[in-house]
Amino acid sequence: MEVFIQQIINGITLGSIYGLIAIGYTMVFGIIGMVNFAHGDVFMVSTFVALVTALILATWLGISSIFLSLFVILLVGMVVTSLVSWTIERLAYRPLRGSFRLAPLISAIGMSIFLMNFVQVAQGPRNKSIPPFFQNVIVIMEREGYQVTLSYRQIIIWAVTATLLTAFWYIVTKTSLGRAQRACEQDQKMASLLGVDVDRTISMTFVIGAALAAVAGTMYLMYYGVVSFSDGFVPGIKAFTAAVLGGIGSIPGAVIGGLLIGMIETLWSAYFSLDYKDVAAFCILAIVLIFLPQGLLGRPEVEKV
Amino acid sequence: MTLQASAPKTGVNVARAIRDATIAGLIAFGILLPLIGFETVQNMRNELALETRPWLLAIFVGLVVLASLFISFVVRPWNQHRRAVRPAGASLKGAALRAAFAKWFTPFALGVAVFYPVLVIWITGFSGAVKWIDNFGIQILIYVMLGWGLNIVVGLAGLLDLGYVAFYAVGAYSYALLAKTFGLSFWILLPLAGILSAFWGVLLGFPVLRLRGDYLAIVTLAFGEIIRLVLINWVDVTSGYAGISSIPRPTFFGIPFTANEDGFAAVFGLEFTPLYRTIFLYYVILALALLTAFVTVRLRRLPIGRAWEALREDEIACRSLGINTTNTKLTAFGIGALFGGFAGSFFAARQGFISPESFTFTESAMILSIVVLGGMGSQIGVAIAALAMIGGTEMLRELDFLKQIFGAGFDPTQYRMLLFGLAMVLIMIWKPRGLISTREPTAFLKERKTVAAKFVEEGRG
Repeated sequence: MEVFIQQIINGITLGSIYGLIAIGYTMVFGIIGMVNFAHGDVFMVSTFVALVTALILATWLGISSIFLSLFVILLVGMVVTSLVSWTIERLAYRPLRGSFRLAPLISAIGMSIFLMNFVQVAQGPRNKSIPPFFQNVIVIMEREGYQVTLSYRQIIIWAVTATLLTAFWYIVTKTSLGRAQRACEQDQKMASLLGVDVDRTISMTFVIGAALAAVAGTMYLMYYGVVSFSDGFVPGIKAFTAAVLGGIGSIPGAVIGGLLIGMIETLWSAYFSLDYKDVAAFCILAIVLIFLPQGLLGRPEVEKV
Repeated sequence: MTLQASAPKTGVNVARAIRDATIAGLIAFGILLPLIGFETVQNMRNELALETRPWLLAIFVGLVVLASLFISFVVRPWNQHRRAVRPAGASLKGAALRAAFAKWFTPFALGVAVFYPVLVIWITGFSGAVKWIDNFGIQILIYVMLGWGLNIVVGLAGLLDLGYVAFYAVGAYSYALLAKTFGLSFWILLPLAGILSAFWGVLLGFPVLRLRGDYLAIVTLAFGEIIRLVLINWVDVTSGYAGISSIPRPTFFGIPFTANEDGFAAVFGLEFTPLYRTIFLYYVILALALLTAFVTVRLRRLPIGRAWEALREDEIACRSLGINTTNTKLTAFGIGALFGGFAGSFFAARQGFISPESFTFTESAMILSIVVLGGMGSQIGVAIAALAMIGGTEMLRELDFLKQIFGAGFDPTQYRMLLFGLAMVLIMIWKPRGLISTREPTAFLKERKTVAAKFVEEGRG
């Protein structure tokens, strides 16, 4: 029981990270119907931006307040990553709008390979590790020597994720940008006839997705303390699995899917085998896509001739 | 990185060009500052420290600004000029040239491929030839073959497969394990490995019958990764990351390529050199690749080939015309996997060592990009793309003079995949239909008509 509770806590933390990345996949798929394959690598770039910013703050400026530096890292990460994603959309996806259906996907795969290798060349192939931010833990249960702990890091991840999701929820439901996004999702041609700037809305979708991925990237760096140029692929696929599981196009679905995938992964690692945890994630992906393509909260897609 | 074109009809708007370049430069600066301006390095105490690279950053930002100016001053006016001079519709001269190309290119390429080892030996002599035949000839032909195999699935049947490397792996591991355990020869195991791969192709094809487009691509990616992860983790059989080494090499009808008395060189009274094995392997893979091409060409004329192409164009129409889409899809997966398996067992026999490292997603993406860049469904295009991409990236190893420009620490090979990714994006933007983008109808009434490029571009792939 204690192990189970501990794994649930870990799973929610991991799931928050996946959920934040998954929103980027789900929004882009919802609005232009493409799998933004490079999104996982955008997340990886954000972990490196966070790493560099953290090092600048700690070693050069000597800022000791952890909350201040976390705030700055988040802010810088979000801005730079949004810029990266905006540029990718502008250069690699927008010229292909209206091209044949698989063109954007192939371009995205190319972009993903490019980003991964660019970071490898620019920052070196080795794993980069930093000392962990918050070491403290709270013991919430103890029985027979086994402690169920909740670390400060996990609390911060939960708090930041919840805050940003609320802010994001506000943007999507209450602002004119959110309305424009939902309009483009339903009918791009009609939306543009009614004066919605479709190109700008799509760009903003990529920017918001990347900003949330940057939050996930900062959390990832803080939680694990180690990043590598190849860290975009597997978390990216898992987040995509989360997006599909929750119902692609549905934003609450992405969060729920992320939490589910996070919990399945930690429970699988705890009770079955650590080696096969990625196999489990890929199997879930295949099973969901084959048997439940509309996901938990998505609408089934009806194809019309 | 230029802003939306509301450009004047003719000429160059200098103010706008400068504004675009400035914005591009600022964005590049913002993005590259953390990634290039700083480098994270491990110091003596094994902690991460930062080093700055201001000059590198300045060079990169400068390049972006120049690229933006180049687009404003050269590319855009040139595009406008071209549009103004030549209205829609291809010129007759171009069509004649293209017809001549189509007629003479295949025999010419075939001739070069057949005489390539002779040519290499003639130019470089016996000592230097191994590298050129092995690294260039065999390597490129493996990818030509993989490209043609995947072309059946992606180009003809229109099923985007991101896990093709799985069948390559199944072929390689089948050969390696069966040859090591049972001591069977290459020529028996080659078809067997192909059949096993085809079996896996059909097996993995079943669950994805309902899917198409992006979802199909992602599921096949998942299958490819699952097979690779199983190869890594099933240590008892595959010995995991360590891989399988000392795999038996193929023999020339029972005569091994060794320096022994019963070796190839001794039997034929020649002086021993590793070159014979390389030349032999070159012709084996050439024959396998040509077999793939031949089978594909013949299959296209059979009802099943026609069904594949119909499926690619419109699945719903296909089904309403009574085509059994289940069988059509499964045969495409199966036959595509068959050739992947052949290539895989050849790969294992040639390397003598295999490990899961050779079968990553990157490899799948590379094969897919060859098919896409060549023009889906075009065999010549795929061969040219494989030659350009694999030959080009192998060529990076030879660029020693770059070391003199960039310093001794410069290793061009690490830019291989970087350029690969970039080429995929650029060719998608420049020619979304691939290098050879005319889609030839294989079924026609009375006379053959070419499909105009503008119709081809409208296809939904």
